[in-house]
Amino acid sequence: MRPENGETSVGDIQTRQSLAGAAMAVMQRDLRLALRRSGDTLQPLGFFVVVTTLFPLALDPQLSLLRDIAPAALWVGALLSSLLALDLLFREDAQDGTLEQLALCGVPFAGLLVAKTAVHWLMTGLPLVLVAPLAATALGAPIAAVPGIIAALLLGTVALSLIGAVGAGLTMGMKRNGSLLALLVLPLVAPVLIFGARATALAIAGESVAAPLYLLGAMAVLAATLTPWAVAAAVRIGLE
Amino acid sequence: MAWVWFHRFGSPPHFYRLAKRLTPWFGWSALLLCVAGLIGGLVLAPPDFRQGDGFRIIYVHAPDAWLSEMVYVTMAVSAAVGLIWRMNVGHAVAAGCATIGASFTVVALATGMLWGRPMWGTYWEWDPRLTSELLLLFLYLGYMGLRSGFDDVGRADRASAVLAIVGVVNVPIIHYSVVWWNSLHQAASVMKLGRPNMPASMLVPLLMMLAGFMCYFFTLLLIRARGEILLRERTAHWIAAVLGTAPEDPPEYGGPSPEHPASRGPLPPSSLAHRV
Repeated sequence: MRPENGETSVGDIQTRQSLAGAAMAVMQRDLRLALRRSGDTLQPLGFFVVVTTLFPLALDPQLSLLRDIAPAALWVGALLSSLLALDLLFREDAQDGTLEQLALCGVPFAGLLVAKTAVHWLMTGLPLVLVAPLAATALGAPIAAVPGIIAALLLGTVALSLIGAVGAGLTMGMKRNGSLLALLVLPLVAPVLIFGARATALAIAGESVAAPLYLLGAMAVLAATLTPWAVAAAVRIGLE
Repeated sequence: MAWVWFHRFGSPPHFYRLAKRLTPWFGWSALLLCVAGLIGGLVLAPPDFRQGDGFRIIYVHAPDAWLSEMVYVTMAVSAAVGLIWRMNVGHAVAAGCATIGASFTVVALATGMLWGRPMWGTYWEWDPRLTSELLLLFLYLGYMGLRSGFDDVGRADRASAVLAIVGVVNVPIIHYSVVWWNSLHQAASVMKLGRPNMPASMLVPLLMMLAGFMCYFFTLLLIRARGEILLRERTAHWIAAVLGTAPEDPPEYGGPSPEHPASRGPLPPSSLAHRV
């Protein structure tokens, strides 16, 4: 039977290549691998907790004072631990050749990379969002602030993962990149930090977080729309 | 046929000759415009009623700031041209822009700090313009760092082109985020020398300085782009006619063949990728 509509026939076997199917397969593989090496996902989380602990140590540990710097401490900690985790996004798959196979398999590469980034966010960004209320409470935030903090960090970590994926793709091909990834990504995510910290501060003060949350949502949507092209271009360059 | 002029720019020898011819024009225009602007701004313009003579640093600070943003856009556009149309000339121009833009940004920050001392009483303020300039400097440094991290020039070109395009989309977002953030947190100590409020005697020298700086940027860019093209095309035969020397041999990937003497080995790894 002649193959049609993106189907290929290998001998008697016909396989349908669809983006959804390939993306699901990639996500399942990445989830399985990430759950096997849970240390990789727990370490950035531990880093986040340690960093937010350093702030009270460096300051006067009065909760009323810590409450003022809690948004800053939470978001700087989230940014830095996301940067740490981003290094893992493509490195292993680039080294063992999986990324090249994904690039060559005929399915839109950007879609597969978005699937990988989504799993990466699930394993690193989402745990951060779930642990952040604990850290926030430790820094003096009231319990009523928790929904606002979670919402802001949800949107913010999605934008961080997507924009960071561009940086990870660009630095993937370099042998020693040191802190180049941080230097590349941090200026690009500065708006996310600004609005995210603002949302957290408003939540802690008990006021409405709608305005910065809308802007954070807009940034997350913009990142989801534009970064797939950039990530695919960056990873293709890194795979040369 | 309408696009022939565009693709002709992509030819390194054509671009090289054009750049060489245009450089003196831009250079002399830059000199004349800057001298006229400085005389107009430093000598002829009246002192500002609030800041006295201290406002005159705007004739250096404002063009630097505008240029630093314009150079970033130029870098991104030429990098995009190089990426999409696969023109080495585009990448060469983008590579030349990077250090020039970073220098303009540093001078803008420094002159801003010098302006801040008499006006605000402190060298540094988290003013929206200074903060966005600082973030722009980090973008330039990241671009230069990425470029120098690759050994292969082609990969460095393409990777930094992607970064420049992502950055240029982000620059307006960063700028307006910082303005919004600053309007929330800052007591109103922003300098109020907006252009619509300036009388002609102050505005005209400022525009002349801006035009002079732009010509200066094009002069520097054309010189640097010519240097980049010379480096990238150093094994091409048209270089010999330009430089009056014998063309370099292309690198021999498989090692020296029996016909060539063993002393003529392959080219040493180019240090191109480390030039910014």
